[in-house]
Amino acid sequence: MTTQRVGYALLIVLALVAPTFAYPVFLMKALCFALFACAFNLLLGYAGLMSFGHAMFFGMAGYFYGHVVKAWDMAPELGLLAGVAGAALLGLVTGALAIRRQGIYFAMITLAFAQMVYFFCIQAPFTGGEDGLQGIPRKALLGGLIPIKDDKVLYYVVLAIFLFGYATIYRVIYSPFGQVLKAIRDNEQRALSLGYEADRYKLLAFVLSAGLAGLAGATKAMVQQFATLTDVAASTSGEVVLMALVGGLGTIIGPVVGAFIIITMQNYLAATGEFVLVIQGAIFVVIVLAFRKGVVGELAEWWKRRRAG
Amino acid sequence: MFELLGIPPQALFGQLLLGLINGAFYAMLSLGLAVIFGMLNVINFTHGAQYMMGAFAAWLLLGILGIPFWVSLVVAPVIVGLFGIVLEKVLLKRIYHLDHLYGFLLTFGLALVIEGLFQWKWGSSGAPYPNPIPGGFNLGFMFLPTYRAFVVVAALVICLATWYGIERTRLGAYLRAATENPTLVRAFGINVPRLITLTYGLGVGLAALAGVLAAPIQQVSALMGVNLVLVVFAVVVIGGMGSIMGSIVTGFGLGLIEGLTKVFYPPASNTVIFVVMALVLLIKPAGLFGQTK
Repeated sequence: MTTQRVGYALLIVLALVAPTFAYPVFLMKALCFALFACAFNLLLGYAGLMSFGHAMFFGMAGYFYGHVVKAWDMAPELGLLAGVAGAALLGLVTGALAIRRQGIYFAMITLAFAQMVYFFCIQAPFTGGEDGLQGIPRKALLGGLIPIKDDKVLYYVVLAIFLFGYATIYRVIYSPFGQVLKAIRDNEQRALSLGYEADRYKLLAFVLSAGLAGLAGATKAMVQQFATLTDVAASTSGEVVLMALVGGLGTIIGPVVGAFIIITMQNYLAATGEFVLVIQGAIFVVIVLAFRKGVVGELAEWWKRRRAG
Repeated sequence: MFELLGIPPQALFGQLLLGLINGAFYAMLSLGLAVIFGMLNVINFTHGAQYMMGAFAAWLLLGILGIPFWVSLVVAPVIVGLFGIVLEKVLLKRIYHLDHLYGFLLTFGLALVIEGLFQWKWGSSGAPYPNPIPGGFNLGFMFLPTYRAFVVVAALVICLATWYGIERTRLGAYLRAATENPTLVRAFGINVPRLITLTYGLGVGLAALAGVLAAPIQQVSALMGVNLVLVVFAVVVIGGMGSIMGSIVTGFGLGLIEGLTKVFYPPASNTVIFVVMALVLLIKPAGLFGQTK
């Protein structure tokens, strides 16, 4: 496990010096999506639950953050808290219904609920409809101690939030709770016969994942200072699946890698318009057919083979 | 004229007709999804894109070759169905041994590619398709456009024909048997892989047929199937995919419910189907016509 530790140390050093050579707003956006993808992966990779509606937590949390900070003129910490709590609550309601069906139905149900939330957001007055919430002020954190108007300062705040989220997920996966989740993923009947109430574990995993997706969404609203319909749309739900898939499902660092790849790609291809979608679709097809383990999964496999042979 | 709960009858029946038409599309699309899922074990996320391709095929056939609507009604589904067969042969058949999840993701990716390409070539604003049977009847309490009446009848005929084909014919019996136990059916000398390919082509053709029927009502646009397919997923969850008749009844029924909601409480008309889905999940999680395994 020392290789892993060295790897993490290198990554953290890289993350600390990154703003000196990369555009901080881009890095922050990528970190938000990385946390979002990790939250999604907690559910699919470790509990075997495929949510195709995770954008509802991500996007709604952005609206909650914006509303608390802008309309209610409260501190950004409260905005983040509202984002997490709101998303977790939404996760509790939709999750309790969705886990009543299994497998592919679960994916369709979450997708349908996300679409319902999307239609709700178009009409509800507090989301600003088609315009979204704009000009959310960047107020200083911790009662004025940390001014986040400067992108470079904000970057370290976002990095801290990301690391907090990542550490939470790491802790969950390697806890007894995480082990039970994996057992349910691999053989639900057996886990049930051993006395684990599978539905309760699934629901808790769903709520956790929703809350963390909410943390990512609220943080994104803090960075970009707006919340729009794009973040609750079905395309965003698809994007987060793509990120986790590209990086490697069920690998803890995979979704982070996937998020950086996809966000970078979108950055470079933004000018080509519809082609971003075409290329994303093509990546889905290629990954499903040929590289189901994703970048990190395939690399780990290669590394194992090299050491063995 | 009479009034019902303060709603003028023109508005009520007008919305009911719209609901019936939407329901006709829900029924045709959820039917295709159910047929494909039964045989391939794949939720065909490309269904909305294939519906759009049907509408586009009719539009292009008319615009470039001058082929009229009635011919397109047959030709367009065949073209799109053949495209579906190619997709199945080249891509889908490689993933049958995997978890359902991968079929979902693969067809989702394909939908993105197809819709993206159409959007790139023809933009997203959409083009009108001329109404093949203009005019209508005055029923006294409302005006009934002939084409819309035709769509409802045509959809009913298509749905019932599909039901008959699957439940009452020899080929349908093979299909149902192969769904239950593919290995055993193969042992009887029936070419199951070909049956699977055929089923996918048929399901895709059904989606395309719905697209052709929709062309004169809606704008023909690259994104016309995007939101529709999501609603159809909810319809499928509500009905359960076990029964063909169940899909038909659920489709039409939900269309009507949506229409009624538009009359009595318009803001909820977009979301009512999802609310129904939530209620069904609470009361009968397997779906109205589904069987619990």
